[in-house]
Amino acid sequence: MGTFSPGFHGRARGLADKLPPGQYPTESFPVLSAGPTPRVPTETWTFTVTTENGDSRGWTWDEMMALPQEDTVHDIHCVTRWSKFDTPWRGVPVDAFLEDVETAADYAVAVSHGGYTTNLPLEDLLDGKAWVVHTYDGFPLSPEHGGPARLLVPHLYFWKSAKWVRELRLTLEDEPGFWESVGYHNYGDPWREQRTWDD
Amino acid sequence: MGDTPLHRDGNWLAGPLSEILAVEPTRAWWRCPTCGMAGPLAQLHVYGPEPGLTARCPGCTRVALRLVKEADHVWLTMGGATGAFRFRTA
Repeated sequence: MGTFSPGFHGRARGLADKLPPGQYPTESFPVLSAGPTPRVPTETWTFTVTTENGDSRGWTWDEMMALPQEDTVHDIHCVTRWSKFDTPWRGVPVDAFLEDVETAADYAVAVSHGGYTTNLPLEDLLDGKAWVVHTYDGFPLSPEHGGPARLLVPHLYFWKSAKWVRELRLTLEDEPGFWESVGYHNYGDPWREQRTWDD
Repeated sequence: MGDTPLHRDGNWLAGPLSEILAVEPTRAWWRCPTCGMAGPLAQLHVYGPEPGLTARCPGCTRVALRLVKEADHVWLTMGGATGAFRFRTA
C-alpha cells in the first residue's frame, strides 16, 4: 500500500467516486461506543495472534513499535452513514504479525479490551489491506478512538476496525462478532452497501 | 471528552422494547449473573443508539441486552453473547 499525502485522493477524484452509496461526508470524527472506554496503558499492552490449534504469539508495545511502521491514508466509512476522507494513520501492517504464523484458518476474529469482537475473512487482513494503528494525524491514538491501538480495515465498514484490539483469533469457521450477531452484515463492504443481514 | 459518560439510563430501552414486548418494559427487573447486582431496567447503562443499543450492568459492565433496530425488524439478545432473535415490527 502506497503512502499518500493527505488530500491527494480528494483532488484527484470527485465526491461521487469517493462516497459509497447511502453515505454522507463529514469533517468530524464521530465516536460510537458499545461500552465504557477501556484505558489500556502501553506498559501492559500486548497483542496476540492465536491460531486454530491454540498456538499463540504475542507482542509487547515496544516489540510492536520495533516492527516496520507504515504511514497510510484512507477514506473510512461508518455503517451509520458517515464517511471521512483522507484519514492519516501510522501503524504496523497485519501481515507483519502473521508472517511466521502457521495456520490453515480462513477467518479471523478481532478481540478487543472490553469484550468487543468482529469477524473477517483472513484474506481481508492480508496483503497490505489492514493495520494495527497507534497514531492518528500525527498524535497518539486517543482512547475514545480506540487507543492505544486499534485495527484499521478501511475497505470495510468501520465497525470491522476494532478499537482497543488485543488479539487476532484465527478460526476455521466464520464466527459472527458483536454486531454481526445482531443483524449487521457478516462482511460489510460499503461499496456494495452491505449494512445488514439481508443486504 | 474522555470523562464524559457515553451511556444513558435504561429508560432509553423503553420505546424499542415496547415494540416487541406485550408488557411494560420499564417495569422489568434484571439480575446480573456475573456480579449479582439486581435492579430495574432504568438502572442499566445504555450505549448507542447507533449502531445499536447495548445495555450493560452498572456494577460490572457485563452486557445485559443488545437491540438493533432496522426499518422492518428489531434484533434482540438478552444476556448472552450470541443467539439473537429477529422480530418483525412492520
